[in-house]
Amino acid sequence: MKEVLLKTININKSFSGNIVLKDINLEIKKGEVHALMGENGAGKSTLVKIITGVLGPNTGEVIYNKEQLNINHPKELYDLGIGIVFQEFNLMPDLTVAQNIFIGREPQLKIKGFLNDKKTNALAEDILKELECTIDPERKVSDLSVAEQQMVEIAKSLSYNCNLLIMDEPTAALTENEISVLFNIIRKLRNKNVAVVYISHRMSDLDAIVDTVSVLRDGNLISTRSYTPEIKNQIIYEMVGRDLTQQFPPKPDYKKGELSLEIENLNSKNRLYNISFKAYKGEILGIVGLMGAGRTEMVKAVFGAYKRNSGIIKVDGKAVDIKNPRSAIKAGIGYLTEDRKKDGLMLGLSIRENILSASYQHFTQLGFVNDKKAGENVNEYIRRMSIKTYGSKQLAKTLSGGNQQKVMVAKWLSTKVKILIFDEPTRGIDVKSKYEIYELMYELVQNGVTIIMISSEMPEILGMSDRILVMNDGRITGDFSKEEATQEKLMKCEMMEV
Amino acid sequence: MTIHNLFKTKKAKPNMQLLFTFVGLILLMLFFSINTSNFLSQKNLLNVALQTSVAVLVALAETYVIITGGIDLSIGSMAAGSGMVVAIAINHGMSIPVAIILGLLTGILSGAFNGFVITVLGIVPFIATLGTNSIMRGLIYVILNGIPLSASSAGEAFTWIGQGKLCGWLPYPVLFMFIIAIIATIILVKTKFGRIIFAIGSNENAAFLSGINVNINKFSVYVFCGLLSSIAGIILTSRVASASPTAGEGYETFAIAAAVIGGASLSGGKGNMIGTIIGAFIIGIMNNGLNLIGLSSFWQQVAVGCVIILAVFLDVIRVKLKNN
Ligand SMILES: Nc1ncnc2c1ncn2[C@@H]1O[C@H](COP(=O)(O)OP(=O)(O)OP(=O)(O)O)[C@@H](O)[C@H]1O
Ligand SMILES: [Mg+2]
Repeated sequence: MKEVLLKTININKSFSGNIVLKDINLEIKKGEVHALMGENGAGKSTLVKIITGVLGPNTGEVIYNKEQLNINHPKELYDLGIGIVFQEFNLMPDLTVAQNIFIGREPQLKIKGFLNDKKTNALAEDILKELECTIDPERKVSDLSVAEQQMVEIAKSLSYNCNLLIMDEPTAALTENEISVLFNIIRKLRNKNVAVVYISHRMSDLDAIVDTVSVLRDGNLISTRSYTPEIKNQIIYEMVGRDLTQQFPPKPDYKKGELSLEIENLNSKNRLYNISFKAYKGEILGIVGLMGAGRTEMVKAVFGAYKRNSGIIKVDGKAVDIKNPRSAIKAGIGYLTEDRKKDGLMLGLSIRENILSASYQHFTQLGFVNDKKAGENVNEYIRRMSIKTYGSKQLAKTLSGGNQQKVMVAKWLSTKVKILIFDEPTRGIDVKSKYEIYELMYELVQNGVTIIMISSEMPEILGMSDRILVMNDGRITGDFSKEEATQEKLMKCEMMEV
Repeated sequence: MTIHNLFKTKKAKPNMQLLFTFVGLILLMLFFSINTSNFLSQKNLLNVALQTSVAVLVALAETYVIITGGIDLSIGSMAAGSGMVVAIAINHGMSIPVAIILGLLTGILSGAFNGFVITVLGIVPFIATLGTNSIMRGLIYVILNGIPLSASSAGEAFTWIGQGKLCGWLPYPVLFMFIIAIIATIILVKTKFGRIIFAIGSNENAAFLSGINVNINKFSVYVFCGLLSSIAGIILTSRVASASPTAGEGYETFAIAAAVIGGASLSGGKGNMIGTIIGAFIIGIMNNGLNLIGLSSFWQQVAVGCVIILAVFLDVIRVKLKNN
């Protein structure tokens, strides 16, 4: 029997009268990877925040190493050997990667208080190397992509040498390569008797590393048991309250239509080379690639948010001059950004305002907003995507991570544009809601919309795309139809030398 | 540190913004040396340095505050308050060192008051220091009854600070400015405290979750700001041998402008001492040069405003070019 490292006793939490956690009694043992599963808004992140003292519980207590845990300041966490990767990044954009990793506990010179930056950089480099990550420790964090930021967060948490490591959706932004490295490290930690609390919506992560799994639903702890692949469906049942045997909805009957978007010879200095591709009406075009392959840069260049040095963009056969996102939207292109916090959501505004923010023109008459029509639209999306909320007036910043993502998706779905570019649309979204978003995507392509989807999740790309482009080092190195594509073929194109 | 090193933020990558402002300063000096006869004279240059030196101190302090993402609008009245306390102490026959310590304490306490209101009471820096500014200035008028208080009774034992010259050549305030600028630079770039200031300004919540005691460090920055302001105030009082109720008025504008020209960002996380000093001297030299040309001081204000906007605009363009 393994020793219990952390225990929560009857934790209760509510936000302004809305109960989020009910009598949670959870035990985390040394040397095991303990998965916390549950729908978006089930209370996983809230529980983690209570364990780490970021939030206080209404009632209940946390026992760590047989003693009551009373965290008054995050510093105490690290002294106790508790490391954490929060779901939302907590990096300081103006500092370098190394400075971020070691902030507050920098290596110092012989004179106390004076920084030893050389050592800081060298240590950071070591940790990143362990993660097989090539980010320069002296790069500023503000220049990093979402996936790279995630790697820095992970590197930071590993640098604490902890006994308990909590990771809230560490793999949501990563591609298979980084994930497998991460899993190796987690296995090593487990062998060193570290306890790992692991939150993810990727069911495939379970098979790879998880020993024990607990399911949360609507703030209740439904079950805790050791994990075997056979119980996966049962876990999904407990999470969503119904059977979900299929990961993808049945593919409806729709046909590839006319040419809708055509890119000819798009170049961007040092980043994108000779990008040419076509996308058709009634088609889901998937785009895959490794971290840093230039997927986001490419779609941003199409959307007018990234510098192009040359290239022609044609919509419906006519060349359009896309100078900035505004002219892209005018040309009928919508873009769901990968970084919801930085350039997606207006966190201080309500769900309603966020969903409507790109599509007011559909709900206004003579400059006045038709509240009823707009409200119906909002409620429709809240219902269809099961956005977990107390009402459409709830502020975006108080939603759970996955529900924020759904709001972003709803915002672009309601714009009624002809060409929709989705950059990691289901990042952090639970299995059931993914299914619902896929249904909405199918509905759109049936109506002749073009969907371009970047995703790091292979199953999603393979399951949903009609055609798949592979990007590698700023170039397109593969173009597969749904029938031809296999994971091996795609990976080969992703990794070959160009 | 060689000049070459000064402009480097990291290996082999010069800080372009700093380079730009430095070139701006050189061009400005070139302009005035061509258009006036005596701008480049040693006497005039030392005069500019002397006039700017006191303001540089508060600008350095303000930069610290700005890097944390805050602002301090009370530096002028903190300076005046400290100067007044010194003058009062001297008039009460206290020894000069005691008087100066009391003056410094005034600055430290006012800074601590700012820090307390901001971190403990949780009032935003703009409002907190706006309040402190008004309180301090009001108290000074009340205590001085609105008229300047002479501090000449101590004679040269006190006035050397603001009026004396090292080796009969370099004004002491300029020397103090150099020493303090060097210390402030070292603290900011070489110490843990400095690094934490950047972290807080860059993302306060992230810094907190990384185990940093945000409140204590922010508090310290406001205390530091109060301390430097009081040094400025004491030098000012010594220079004119009296404490004026209007001393240090407009310092906050000057300090914020200097910091911003030098590359600080009011949203926090960015700023550096050398930039601020260059920024301060750009303003100082403009005032001096336009004076020599014969432009009225009213026009000088207009010119300074233009320079602020131009400098920040150039940086906006620079960042845009870099991103593309
Ligand atoms: N500050 C807050 N104010 C009000 N409600 C909140 C606040 N923070 C969280 N909630 C609510 O608590 C519930 C649980 O949120 P939590 O972030 O724990 O979900 P989660 O299980 O982590 O979901 P996800 O998988 O989407 O990350 C959500 O319904 C959310 O709206
Ligand atoms: Mg969460």
